[in-house]
Amino acid sequence: MDIFLQLMVSGVAVGGIYALIALGFVLIYKATSILNFATGEFMMLGAYFCYTFLVLLGLPVIPTFLIVMLCAALLGFLVERLILRHMLGQPTISIVMATIGLGSILTGLAEILWSSDFKSFPQIFPRAPIDLGFAIVRSNMFYGFLISITAVIVFSLIFKYAKVGIAMRATANDQMAAYSMGINVRSMFTLAWALGAIAAGLGGVVIGNIGGIQPNLGQIGLKIFPVVILGGLDSIGGAILGGFIIGVVENLAGGYLGPYFGGGVKDLAPFVLLVMILMVKPYGLFGKREIERL
Amino acid sequence: MGILEVDTLSLSFGGLQVLSDVSLDVSEGRIFAIIGPNGAGKTSILNCIGGFYRPDAGRIAFDGRDLSRVSTDRRAALGLARTFQNIALFHGMTVLDNIKLGAHAHLKTGLLASVLYWGAAHHEEMQLRREVEEEIIDFLEIEDIRNLPVRALPYGLQKRVELGRALAMRPRVLLMDEPVAGMNAEETEDMARFILDIKEERDVTIILIEHDMNVIMDISDHVAVINFGRKIAEGTPEAVADHPEVIRAYLGEKKG
Repeated sequence: MDIFLQLMVSGVAVGGIYALIALGFVLIYKATSILNFATGEFMMLGAYFCYTFLVLLGLPVIPTFLIVMLCAALLGFLVERLILRHMLGQPTISIVMATIGLGSILTGLAEILWSSDFKSFPQIFPRAPIDLGFAIVRSNMFYGFLISITAVIVFSLIFKYAKVGIAMRATANDQMAAYSMGINVRSMFTLAWALGAIAAGLGGVVIGNIGGIQPNLGQIGLKIFPVVILGGLDSIGGAILGGFIIGVVENLAGGYLGPYFGGGVKDLAPFVLLVMILMVKPYGLFGKREIERL
Repeated sequence: MGILEVDTLSLSFGGLQVLSDVSLDVSEGRIFAIIGPNGAGKTSILNCIGGFYRPDAGRIAFDGRDLSRVSTDRRAALGLARTFQNIALFHGMTVLDNIKLGAHAHLKTGLLASVLYWGAAHHEEMQLRREVEEEIIDFLEIEDIRNLPVRALPYGLQKRVELGRALAMRPRVLLMDEPVAGMNAEETEDMARFILDIKEERDVTIILIEHDMNVIMDISDHVAVINFGRKIAEGTPEAVADHPEVIRAYLGEKKG
């Protein structure tokens, strides 16, 4: 089995999951211009919601997924209504700090509710690894990838074609014009938070299913920064492509450089790439350059 | 009683008095022009009517209904549409999508159905598309550019698309902020013709801010002059052009 192909396939698989979580970040940024540094914690809570309904309450898989999405939407809704709505018009730095603080609060809350012990999910997918012919994928990774990519496609279609998606894009484009089209801009903000939280929460379910969960799972959320910076903060297509690139880079670095420099290279590589790209293209590969005429 | 009445409107930002006791009575089916030097407060009047600014005092009534408790987005559904001074199109979208967005307030399908894009939502979308294509795009003569992203279009055409989007809102009153600013002679002539056609064929009342005096004299039925946040004159275009206060505001004091 070709080691290069094997690394590429693992990279793409994990990249699909990164794309989904990054989408959770981009949806919120695109509609509201808020950088949600608690995206990783949204993801972590999604995983704990899944653990609660699947393991503690013993619900079947499909209802669990639906309930997790509902809970995540509620989380996004509450965060927007209780915190961010009251910070409209505040300086960006204050809002960023608020989301960072929120992240720590959610981590603490998870420790209180579920303790800080490591928890693992029961095996919900067939255990046998999937043989693609040119590479072999772990079954959790394979099904996780399928779930992620399905969710990414559904979110993209909503954003592109559905009336609410178009209204959200309009809001992102020009709030004043959106208002005068009769779009309720504030409810679009709420909706963006709910959808963003669903995307991140689903990502958490997939990640938890692969590696188990702990309250500090949210730190994986840091990885979405190379992804979204690479793709441009406000580009959905960029987030998807960025997810794949980071997934592949990470796996190639781990596979080829890991034996010489140790396992840390795998986690380091995306951030090296991040800094390099920012030096060359400060707006990311697909981001928009803000030009305002006054 | 006019379709839109502005009654003793006052607006200030901190210590800056932007509007003082401005009253306007706009009759249905007319083109009502608001003119005045830069910074006189013209756009602020439109922003109060549109609900972007909350006036300190005064009242705005649309078809006899007080607008002060009507939220910004719900004013669109009542029949108030607007074009902006600095074109406010949704730049990443196509011409057709921009114009279709204008009809947003009139779509009836609920959230879930439109997310899933089934049944009624699909039917409604098709009907909307037909209406937009047959009426608005034909009317504005923009068939050949309808699938282009608006950011690629020249300025004059962008202004026309913005007008199309406002028309898709099926407005009863259309607020236009400097529709011909920055246009060349030909574009200006086209736009003036569209504005007249909209008034005559679609029974839309138009409130217009403009600096181009030729356009004002040609198309408007009634002109109000604003200077330093106060209305200093109003009447027919001819009467206003000869008004001494207006000449003073525009040209300064006569010497000697």
